[in-house]
Amino acid sequence: MTTVAVPGASALARLRDVRFRIRPGTAVSSLIVLVLLVAVIAPSVLTHRSPTAIDLEHTLLPPSLSHPFGTDDAGRDLYTRVVYGARESLGIGLGATALAMGIAIILGFTGGLAGGIVDTVIARVLEVAFAFPVLLLALLLIAIRGPSVTTVIVAVGIGSAPGYARMVRGQVLAVRNADYVTAAGALGHRRSAVIRRHLFPNAMRPLVAVITLGIGQSIVWASGLAFLGLGVAPPSPEWGALLSAGRMYITTSWWLEIMPGMVIVLVALAVTSLGRTMQHQLEGAAR
Amino acid sequence: MSKARRILVKAVTAVLVLVAAASVTFFAQLLVPGSRATAILNQENGRAQQWTAAQLAPVNHEFGFDKPLIVQYLGYVGGLFRGNLGTSYTQFKPVTQVIGDELVPSLVLTVGGLITAWVLALAVTLLTAKRHRFTSALGSTWEALTASLPTYWVGVVLLVVFAVEIRIFPVIGGTSAWGTVLPVLTLAIPLAGFLGQVMRDEFERVLDQPFITTARTRGMGDARVRLVHALRHSVLPAITLSGWALGALVSGAVIVENLFGRPGIGQVLVTAVNTRDVPVVSGIVLVVAAVYVIANLLVDLVYALVDPRLRGAS
Amino acid sequence: MTAAAEATKELTNVTATGTPLLHVENLRVSFGDAEVVKGISFTTRVGRCLAIVGESGSGKSVTARTLVGLTGPNSLVRADRIDLAGLDLTRQSERSWRAIRGREIGFILQDALVSLDQLRLVGDEITEPLKLHGWGTRASRRERAVELLGSVGVPEPEVKVRQRPYELSGGLRQRALIASAIALDPKLVVADEPTTALDVTIQAQVLDLLAESKVRGRSIILISHDLSVVARLADEVIVMRGGEVLEQGPAHQVLHQPRHEYTQALLDAIPSEHTRGVRLVRPAAADSAVRRTRQPIDRDSPVLEARHLTKVFRGPDKVDRTVVDDVSFELLAGETLGIVGESGSGKTTTARIALALLQPTSGEMLLHRQQWSALSPAQRRPLRKRIGVIYQDPLSSFDPRWPTGRIITDALRTGSRPPSSGAEARTRAVRLLEQVGLGERHLDSAPLRLSGGQRQRVAIARALAPEPEVIVCDEPVSALDVSIQAQVLDLLTDLQDELGVSYLFISHDLGVIHHVSDRILVMKEGRVVESGAADDVFERPRDPYTQRLLTALPRLAQA
Repeated sequence: MTTVAVPGASALARLRDVRFRIRPGTAVSSLIVLVLLVAVIAPSVLTHRSPTAIDLEHTLLPPSLSHPFGTDDAGRDLYTRVVYGARESLGIGLGATALAMGIAIILGFTGGLAGGIVDTVIARVLEVAFAFPVLLLALLLIAIRGPSVTTVIVAVGIGSAPGYARMVRGQVLAVRNADYVTAAGALGHRRSAVIRRHLFPNAMRPLVAVITLGIGQSIVWASGLAFLGLGVAPPSPEWGALLSAGRMYITTSWWLEIMPGMVIVLVALAVTSLGRTMQHQLEGAAR
Repeated sequence: MSKARRILVKAVTAVLVLVAAASVTFFAQLLVPGSRATAILNQENGRAQQWTAAQLAPVNHEFGFDKPLIVQYLGYVGGLFRGNLGTSYTQFKPVTQVIGDELVPSLVLTVGGLITAWVLALAVTLLTAKRHRFTSALGSTWEALTASLPTYWVGVVLLVVFAVEIRIFPVIGGTSAWGTVLPVLTLAIPLAGFLGQVMRDEFERVLDQPFITTARTRGMGDARVRLVHALRHSVLPAITLSGWALGALVSGAVIVENLFGRPGIGQVLVTAVNTRDVPVVSGIVLVVAAVYVIANLLVDLVYALVDPRLRGAS
Repeated sequence: MTAAAEATKELTNVTATGTPLLHVENLRVSFGDAEVVKGISFTTRVGRCLAIVGESGSGKSVTARTLVGLTGPNSLVRADRIDLAGLDLTRQSERSWRAIRGREIGFILQDALVSLDQLRLVGDEITEPLKLHGWGTRASRRERAVELLGSVGVPEPEVKVRQRPYELSGGLRQRALIASAIALDPKLVVADEPTTALDVTIQAQVLDLLAESKVRGRSIILISHDLSVVARLADEVIVMRGGEVLEQGPAHQVLHQPRHEYTQALLDAIPSEHTRGVRLVRPAAADSAVRRTRQPIDRDSPVLEARHLTKVFRGPDKVDRTVVDDVSFELLAGETLGIVGESGSGKTTTARIALALLQPTSGEMLLHRQQWSALSPAQRRPLRKRIGVIYQDPLSSFDPRWPTGRIITDALRTGSRPPSSGAEARTRAVRLLEQVGLGERHLDSAPLRLSGGQRQRVAIARALAPEPEVIVCDEPVSALDVSIQAQVLDLLTDLQDELGVSYLFISHDLGVIHHVSDRILVMKEGRVVESGAADDVFERPRDPYTQRLLTALPRLAQA
């Protein structure tokens, strides 16, 4: 078998090595994420109703065939509201994660690469940051700036950044001390080339799973804030807002609280699980 | 380094971390839009408006906002060592008084949650780690699932199932023992999933180590090998995480108290955030930070007890 | 009486030396579909040692573990007979095995650092078998532990008993492990590679301990890949490959007049003073080894010079450790300078200084009579292509994402004649692969999918790519099986003969060093205790440490 020498040959070879093992868990997670994406891009595909359609004759109905998630106190179909809320919820999740990962990568790489006093300072800063649980830091920010979508994104982003920063820094340090980095230096490569070709790609690789975990977690945190009445406010169909609205009906109309919660949990689980699978595939192909 | 010296270093580091945390909260207070005096007056009067300098002056004086910044900062940090966390914007009482009694039920909840989580995690790990394929898979799936569940979700489900539908527990239990069961479980279950994953991974790794084989070659049975040899090694990472876990549990406690209508700092916190009472929020954040720091010190101690390799200078 | 007690009651009393003890007939072990042990038979005798020799994958370790019923999950064990002095080992339940393990059969694993529970006291590890089998009281067990530890030659046993394994030195740890295995005085002891990972001097002590045990009437089964260790201890030898017994017989016959060609090849492959100047791997049907055709060594142009190198490390406890102490040497063009020493001798640090990966605290290194260590990193970089390196673990020195081809073309680009096009890079990479005994088909392979020997060849190809004058070899064959080791050593010597490259060869293995080196440096605790021509150092050692090393070295000649 002759192989053609093209620049991307190694990438193609890697793809060939990837073994797509279809496990039921992966299939289900992919399906959920797919449905989520459809809900974000084209919600009308999944439901024909409108999220704001009030129907005062059919308020507080339990789940049924025509209303899979039941209706709320204004007769709105809960399922439709959940579908339309996907966009805002995912937006918050992505926004917060992007912010968190941005901070994490900057801090983690600066500390891991620079070493010495810079790294010590960053390590201490992270240590202090860890004393602030995510939710509390978020609450502090909201107390200062007032609840709004932006504040929630910033709050969750900054709050979860230290955890990721520590992961990134650990990864950078591990790669920096790896034998292949030393070997590259021994061959005579410039330090900047070694960082660009070896350190960065190998340090970033395990972070794929971390990013998807982050998205899932951010959605959960944001909805947690809303649950306390401090996040996105009703009547937005954002999932957290739905949680907030459904609280007073927990003992009477349980579906108003349980259904959006279940969707949040399923999406968080699916995204995280898919991320982990992608992680294993990537590592499996290269290993 | 001698043991005493190491403890001293850790204690000093802990204090420095707290001071740094306090600095963060202090400067956070400066980020309030408009001026702090404006925020206070807005709260008092229930509406947001522009206030004249003459109206702001007495407020500024009363709270000390007219002093130079560095003096305020030092006063704030110095006050901390005396146990003074500032004054509430809305209740005009010292923050320590506002938080005061509410701290104990929250601590009970948090510590109870941690202990319960450990018990659950240990049980699941010991029973299901590295056994028959089905059992192991069941255990790890259960842990993966519970670890990702948000606190409020677990709480709501437990509430609906056990308090509303099957009326075993009260919906609003106050601080009674029976009424504490569901809140503690709500906190414990996700943490148990997380700790359990860590314990299980380590347990399975440890069971492959040669010294386990050596124990077997001496005639030790499987159950004893797990308990006598493997267990001690596999709880080490979980111990390290417990320090962080205690801090995270406090976040959960806020939600749980809110959901179950339980008295504690959770209620105080949510009210404070709603009324933009920044000193109270900062105070609580700092108290939690202190709890976290102390918890980590304790964790280091426990770790050294379990793993004597860290005790002596190598 | 319990089934276990019943079983052990049947054991007949065997005390006379030479009496057969364990009979194994037609043992077969498979894991799933793969048959790992394909019908082997042997007998062990009281007061004698049976050695099972083989390389990785031979099935020797599986056999050892099967004898104590610890074959592993998903295994199927069948045998016509496994009989320990009347005790039928094929019909034991897990429960009855527990009575047998530790009491009738003792097991010694390798490397006490991982084979003893580091979190428990040494004394507890030794009393564990006593406790499990209901021996004595807590007080008498503790006394017994001290006794046992003393009997295996551990000084101050009453102190050591209250310490933890990591607090003991490597040799004492291994003795403690042996003490726990023989605590209940089992008739049969199985030792699975008991001396691997030990320094030569300690290895000798452990072997002496086992020999003593043999004299006292114990029957030993020794598993090893090292034929010279086997020679020291074994009365009977079995050679296994791929799950089958290829040769079986008295030690002096198997080791000196082997009948099977594999055994002969294994014996030939052992590098030592007898193999200097010849290739280790003989072509089939050749009676004697092929001699090397060396290029002449130019005495006037030292390629690498080290002058009074010293390296001091400051530990986290603020204590200064001198790891390299006033080391000087000279490496001439076309020759191999071997640096040998035990762990902690400073040889690896010296290698890193030679590569300028570490700066010496004082002293200097010269490359072709010009500054090397004193240069700034930027000045040094273009010169790095003149000195290459091969590591002990090639896999960790490869970027995990890169296939073999990219590893080599990347190295080509750092040479003095970087390839001008992708096609040229590819052609030259293929040529390099062929030079090291691989082929074009390996270009796209991931190193993880290659065998240990193949990976090391790729590492050699990478080291050669920039056409260096010196290659620093840091324990390049220590992790390889004997036959693969022989192939790689032959490759290295062939390349030296062909290209005239010089080697700075670091190893702890005296045999390997004696085989490849022209001149030798012996290092101990950072200092050079002896240096000179290879034969001089090995045959007429002047330093007592070197003498000790050489006497400790197990030789094939004894049997």
